[in-house]
Amino acid sequence: MQSLIANRGAPHTQSVKRDPAPSRWAYRIHRIWLTPVYRAMLRVGLPSFILLFAAGWYISNPTNRFAIVETVSEIRRSVETRPEFAVKLMAVEGASPVLDHAIRDIVAVEFPVSSFDLDLEALQAQISAFDVVQDVALRIRPGGVLEVAVTERTPVIIWRHASGIDMLDATGHRVASLKDRGSRPDLPLIVGPGAGAAVAEARAILEAAGPIAPRLRGLVRVGERRWDLVLEPDQRIMLPEIAPIAALEQVLALDEAQDVLARDLTHIDMRNPARPTLRMTQPAVEELRRIRSLDNGER
Amino acid sequence: MTELYEQQRAMRAMRKTAMQRGVIAILDIGTSKIGCLVLRFDGNDRVAANDGVGSLAGQSGFRVIGAATTRSRGVRFGEIDAMQETERAIRTAIQAAQKMANMRVDHVIVTFSGANPRSYGVAGEVDVAGTAVTEDDIARVMASCDVPDFGEGREVIHAQPVNFALDHRSGLSDPREQVGKTLAVDMHLLTIDAATVRNVAYCIKRCDLELAGLASSSYTAGLASLVEDEQELGAACIDMGGGSTGVSIFMKKHMIYADSVRLGGDHVTSDISKGLQIPMATAERIKTFYGGVFATGMDDREMIEIGGDTGDWEHDRRTVSRSELIGIMKPRVEEILEEVRARLDAAGFDHLPSQQIVLTGGASQIPGLDTLAPRILGQQVRIGRPLRVQGLPQAATGAAFASAVGLCLFAASPQDEWWDFDIPAESYPARSLRWAVKWFKDNW
Repeated sequence: MQSLIANRGAPHTQSVKRDPAPSRWAYRIHRIWLTPVYRAMLRVGLPSFILLFAAGWYISNPTNRFAIVETVSEIRRSVETRPEFAVKLMAVEGASPVLDHAIRDIVAVEFPVSSFDLDLEALQAQISAFDVVQDVALRIRPGGVLEVAVTERTPVIIWRHASGIDMLDATGHRVASLKDRGSRPDLPLIVGPGAGAAVAEARAILEAAGPIAPRLRGLVRVGERRWDLVLEPDQRIMLPEIAPIAALEQVLALDEAQDVLARDLTHIDMRNPARPTLRMTQPAVEELRRIRSLDNGER
Repeated sequence: MTELYEQQRAMRAMRKTAMQRGVIAILDIGTSKIGCLVLRFDGNDRVAANDGVGSLAGQSGFRVIGAATTRSRGVRFGEIDAMQETERAIRTAIQAAQKMANMRVDHVIVTFSGANPRSYGVAGEVDVAGTAVTEDDIARVMASCDVPDFGEGREVIHAQPVNFALDHRSGLSDPREQVGKTLAVDMHLLTIDAATVRNVAYCIKRCDLELAGLASSSYTAGLASLVEDEQELGAACIDMGGGSTGVSIFMKKHMIYADSVRLGGDHVTSDISKGLQIPMATAERIKTFYGGVFATGMDDREMIEIGGDTGDWEHDRRTVSRSELIGIMKPRVEEILEEVRARLDAAGFDHLPSQQIVLTGGASQIPGLDTLAPRILGQQVRIGRPLRVQGLPQAATGAAFASAVGLCLFAASPQDEWWDFDIPAESYPARSLRWAVKWFKDNW
């Protein structure tokens, strides 16, 4: 008869080989483990939860956060300061010596510098701010050279206005200022408020006025709408608002035929092209009157 | 009676749930071993189950995905004797089977051999008033059977209609939609001790499982071991287990009688143990290695070391001849077979047209049994093994697994039992209800 009470520690019971059997709890845990939901939870859910929790706990501490940022910037620094990324000098191409000097002044970078620290777009904006610069391209050439390729504006005209004398390019953009007009005698002159905005028209007129170029002093913008052509011995050709070149050609044709401009005139008024009007000098007027009185009275 | 009906219906509902979930465990609580199989139902064969016998005799619908056996503890004569021990053994088997299946099992169908099964043939008859027989009529005729007095503490485990008769036509297997006046049924009831069922249910509950069905192992062994024509023409299946030997008689594919003899292989072992003065474990070992029931001259010379660990040299070097061993085993095996013969005679087996007897179960593997059994049971005796089911491991295909395999078949294609039909609606006035339904049908 088997004892009803389990093993009391008597020596003979220990020799009996027990059949292995899972305990109730081992059995239950095994069953739970075989349940797909629990299995997925334990195999995926729990580890990911622990990972997230640990990461969250670590990050929630400001010291750790600071340390992370520190380490990251350290690594970044170490990469940036590698010699492969160092920029040792700057080469400016296509700029006049003055502009070159100005660019070197404005680009306040101490070489050598890491290419990561160069803000090329800001530099480009800075250099483009020069009026003389039409276009600028920056790139870092292999070998650590910051290449600045500049295209300068070419001055085509001089504009004298209330605050000084400027050189303008073909689009009317200011290129540089001049102390006096005599330093660039090769460029034509335009005068008057609003003249700078109509450079293209002015150049067309100047081109058309080729035959009288030696006598030409400049162009005057009147009322910001039309041009006066000023000639050497105090003569003016007043051009209309619309189709000024046609009017000028009319005057030139007149000059060709009757040598109008050699006469004693102060103004040729072409503001109404259908009715050209001449204004004579005071002596000429008196002379004319005298001649007419001779014709009338003396006869 | 109604309470049992409800219990069985609940178990049947549980089995349906398990089928839907697709996994069910089979538990064979035997005296010498507890076996557990885990079945997976694929569901491709379930629809066709009604159209006669499906492919592979209806077994293609399931597959064994886990199998485990463990030495049984605390079971005597096929009944639970020490609850704690049995529970541990069941846990071991189920855990191992689950582990092999890699799947959790919640529903279990149990078979056991003991608990004094007793067969009753009952008959019932109702008037069906010349209309087509409906399922309701079948429920009524089964409810009208005059149930004998089982005695105190007995419960019905199987109640299967085996024969229907409509007017004077008998032998109908399915009387539905046929027209007749009187419907009669013959039903086979199998009762067992309620206490055993209660113990089994308690053990299963302690293992956190749901009991989805009960079957007598005599019945399931017959299902597994008898081939189709044997079941049809009439045959007896003798399931020689460890603690008890089940007897079931099949006829026309229905079990018509079941019984069990409370003698089995363990008694042979205990005889050897007592006769040779050796421990049970050694006796079991030499029984399986050297056992037999017919001695030859050669067996006199074959000496078996039976050993011992007393430290006494003379005692520990004992040997017996194989003839002596056979001399111990043979009377006991004869006794078992004679007892079975007596049960078969009592059941009137010799009046059946076919006298086929199939021996199965672990104890049927004794060499020479095929010579001994015909002397006692008649000429048409064969040693049967359970049929093959898909996925069953080689180790579990032997005769000892007949009732477990039969239980698989039972789970896959259960026979209609009494509780599969609804309770006949006689408690409420059916006529007025029917009239109300008719009124609705006519007027709507």
